[in-house]
Amino acid sequence: MQRRNIFATKWGIIGVGALIGILAPVLQKLGNPGNMGICVACFERDIAGTIGLHRAGVVQYMRPEIIGFVIGALIGAHLFKEFRPRVGSDPVIRFFLGVFAMIGALIFLGCPWRALLRLSGGDMNAVLGLAGLSFGVWIGTLFLKKGYNLGRSQVVRPPAGWLLSLMMAGFFILMLIYPQVQGEAKSGVLFYSVKGPGNMHAPIIVSLSVGLGIGFLAQRSRFCTMGALRDLLLFGQMHLFGGIVALVVAAFITNLILGQFHVGFAGQPVAHNLHIWNFAGMALAGLCFALAGGCPGRQLFLSGEGDGDAAMFVLGMIAGAAFAHNFGLASSPKGLGPHGMAAFVLGLLFCLFIGFTMSRKNA
Amino acid sequence: MATTVDAKGLSCPQPVILTLDAIKTGNDKEILILVDTDASKENVTRAAESQGCQVKEVSPDGDGYRILFERGMNRDV
Repeated sequence: MQRRNIFATKWGIIGVGALIGILAPVLQKLGNPGNMGICVACFERDIAGTIGLHRAGVVQYMRPEIIGFVIGALIGAHLFKEFRPRVGSDPVIRFFLGVFAMIGALIFLGCPWRALLRLSGGDMNAVLGLAGLSFGVWIGTLFLKKGYNLGRSQVVRPPAGWLLSLMMAGFFILMLIYPQVQGEAKSGVLFYSVKGPGNMHAPIIVSLSVGLGIGFLAQRSRFCTMGALRDLLLFGQMHLFGGIVALVVAAFITNLILGQFHVGFAGQPVAHNLHIWNFAGMALAGLCFALAGGCPGRQLFLSGEGDGDAAMFVLGMIAGAAFAHNFGLASSPKGLGPHGMAAFVLGLLFCLFIGFTMSRKNA
Repeated sequence: MATTVDAKGLSCPQPVILTLDAIKTGNDKEILILVDTDASKENVTRAAESQGCQVKEVSPDGDGYRILFERGMNRDV
């Protein structure tokens, strides 16, 4: 038998979920935006902004948490000989699933991680988001039952598996070369928010350290929020679900201790209370995650361990953030973006097209 | 002779779906699943055990693993 991976046990995944649930509210306490201690979608959107792919001035910052997630997973994969450079499971489709996943997430204003953190901070709008996420993942399981899959990846030489990690390392170096200057909207080639959520962040070293730690542990434990719902709906399996329950419970307790728990629908940080669109946005995102086989966090960790297809999904999400803000698709606390509804319909049609055409009988 | 399922290169949750299909539809006492990542190895092993199967051997195989298990009594997948 092989060496046992303790992080992949029941208590391993619960422990990792609980640790994320503690660290995210602490990051918020140290400066990250409200109920956004960690949000993979929001933080990738901020990265798209800092490199100038969109010019929404309030959401531009090089989030070291994201960089840490990928590189932490890379370190874990190499230390435990799990680095497997691979690509070729319909990468172009995965790119566009990433684009529409981000568009859906930005209609709701958060990824599944943030939906769980919003819930544990008392934001009841997250209930609609999580219901939508579950609905989207359930639609995804119907396609999986019909034989949906994106085909096999191929083993490739290591550089393809390292590229997303190298890009993230490059981003971090850029941040050191062009650090934020207080009150300035630009430093060298990078854009920095002078107000709004993009200007709210924990100290770089803390953000990076937490990101590296979570990246390492999540790679070991295979933590995945979408997988938690999918495995429950598809196989009746509770393993990954234990991780997200632990996250919510730990974050709820930590928020109570830190005085960050405020229950209600109205006036929640970086949120709107359009119930239908909170549901619909996350339903679109959830369907995209299910069709791509992982939540946005998991896609980062897979990228770190050499999965080039997951890296394409990540790049798709960053591109999706650019579309979302350049085309007025993203919501804001004031409500939907001017073209959010159109983007939702387009995204849904895209997912149905991919879901039906990539099922087994059409393969 | 064992039923063999090649799940190499397939991403989550395909290896588990194929494993459960093999448990449900095959007649051979033994089932052999080939996977190429550690996550798939853990997922397949967990899925097989949840169906009452007994995992007999997990061995390295090139870039991946061979997972050999014996069909359990519980056929109600």
